[in-house]
Amino acid sequence: MIAVLRANRGLVAVGLIGVALLIALPLALDLFDLLQITLYAILAILALSLAFIWGYGGILCFGHSAFFGLGAYTYAVAVINIGESTAPLVLAMLLPAALAAALGYFMFYARISDIYVGVITLTLTLIFYNCINATAGSAYRIGDAYLGGFNGMPNIPSLNIPFLPDETLEPVGMFLLCGGLLLITYFALHALLATRFGRVLIAIRENEQRVEFLGYDARLHKLAAFAIGGALAGLAGCLYVAWGNYVSPPVFSVVQSAQIIIWLMVGGSGTLLGPVLGAIAISWLTLKIGTQQLVNASVILGAVLLVFVLLVPRGVAPMVTDTLVPWLLSLRRPAAGSHEIAQQGKA
Amino acid sequence: MDLVAIVAIDFVYAIATLALISLGLAIVFGMMRIINLAHGEFMVMGSYSAAVAVHHGVNIWLAILVVAPVAVGIIGVILERLIIRHLYGRMVETMLATWGLSLFVVGILTMIFGDITEGVPTPLPGIKIGAYQTSGYSLFVIALTVATLFGVYVILRSSRLGLLARGTMQNAEMAAALGTDTSRIYAVTFAFGAALAGLAGGVLAPVSGVFPTIGGSYIGRAFITVISGGTAPLAGTASASLLFGIINQVATFLTNPVYGEVALLLAAIVLIRILPQGITGRYLRGSL
Repeated sequence: MIAVLRANRGLVAVGLIGVALLIALPLALDLFDLLQITLYAILAILALSLAFIWGYGGILCFGHSAFFGLGAYTYAVAVINIGESTAPLVLAMLLPAALAAALGYFMFYARISDIYVGVITLTLTLIFYNCINATAGSAYRIGDAYLGGFNGMPNIPSLNIPFLPDETLEPVGMFLLCGGLLLITYFALHALLATRFGRVLIAIRENEQRVEFLGYDARLHKLAAFAIGGALAGLAGCLYVAWGNYVSPPVFSVVQSAQIIIWLMVGGSGTLLGPVLGAIAISWLTLKIGTQQLVNASVILGAVLLVFVLLVPRGVAPMVTDTLVPWLLSLRRPAAGSHEIAQQGKA
Repeated sequence: MDLVAIVAIDFVYAIATLALISLGLAIVFGMMRIINLAHGEFMVMGSYSAAVAVHHGVNIWLAILVVAPVAVGIIGVILERLIIRHLYGRMVETMLATWGLSLFVVGILTMIFGDITEGVPTPLPGIKIGAYQTSGYSLFVIALTVATLFGVYVILRSSRLGLLARGTMQNAEMAAALGTDTSRIYAVTFAFGAALAGLAGGVLAPVSGVFPTIGGSYIGRAFITVISGGTAPLAGTASASLLFGIINQVATFLTNPVYGEVALLLAAIVLIRILPQGITGRYLRGSL
């Protein structure tokens, strides 16, 4: 037991810090900041979903917002029709997973190259965006839910305690749920990557042909990973809508897809902690840019993506663990502090 | 009879616009194996160059046919030298970099021109066919697309530059060993693709209006056409445009333009499952 904990010091540290934040933040922060941090937690789940399929599965999904948006709209439509949030939450994960599985069948079983996967997924989200934008007017409704086109769908009910429609989650409850789900997702993905399935997946990223020679079905593994990623993105979409009580077509936009990739590029796509921190940092940055009129947010996001692709292609987290920490260690006898960082970065 | 003519023009126009917006992307993809995710923004820059030129009193034909492609071609050379050339051989990084470029350009255009629609007047009057009226400009777009495809064919087939470009495309190392400056060929090819995108943007500006994010409404169709067509830029663009133009128009007639685009995507996904190398990967091999 002790040995296991010691071997996974980084994970234990992340877990302890996560739980401490979960308890402390609602006591320490005012409501506005808490709402903002809840949003960061939701976006971090979205970042993890892409970090899993891109960073570990090697699937270059350029249109990840398609699954995020589909989850968001699925929840919105279902919760308006059903009036209770348990089934809609499940649906918001199942539908994107099904879409990912169907798309994955066509892409992976055709053995198309990476760039084709990127272009097809990007086109998927472009067309979702155009479609949902064109659904203005009363003709477009599913049950009681009007899709609303570019105006979006307002007044979407929040999440409630399962099967108790009147017990809606207050902001603190929502924060605990989203933060808790973020921690669960993080550790569940770590556990998944440690299984046989996860190891084969990483091997496929490294050399797909060699894995197939060894007798594994790479196509099926990628398909399963893609579906899991789709489900997690759908979960994030569902939480996002329940958080803001509103959904509009920009959840499908190319800029949204680009942002998720920027989180990965900045944080480091071969890790799970990097994308989470990247999501929080970039979301905070876009929020700050939004408060001034001088520079357009797209300019900054585009510049960040360009700079990282050209100059820091592996992201910040691997750079810290592989370059900065050894350098610090080489300066003198390792201090306790820097060793902690090294472990944490690996997590 | 008149109705048949009108419908036929609509079909041919859909095919022609598809070919026009895809050609620049297809040239860059076919020659350099780069998918330029900023293709839509190159088109938008073409549209804005034409619009600004027209507002400054430049003749509209000159603005569409000369100013737009030349301006975007120059921008293309600069961007190739600054960014793209550092990433040759790394396709994913190239796509991400051009994506960053695309966001950057949208942001810059929004800062300069604002989030409003800029108009460019349509330079041709309508044409009467029996009891119906059609746009004369549609016919011009069709004619221009045919002329452009033919022009690109002649350049690739008969000019020395085209020969060097084709040689570099087939075997870059051998071309370099025989004394071709492949780096310059790549720069020229990229600029050529950018100029074609600028031309498409300029030509379509009077039809669609100009605003910073309009690139997004073109590129979905252009990507589908190019990857379904495969790596032969001309044969691929022509065959895929023909196929998808018809699918798009039929679906549009039966339902509405939005579902036309959905039908396009579904058709492309199925096609890629059957022909992973695109149409020209299986048929018309070795063509341009």
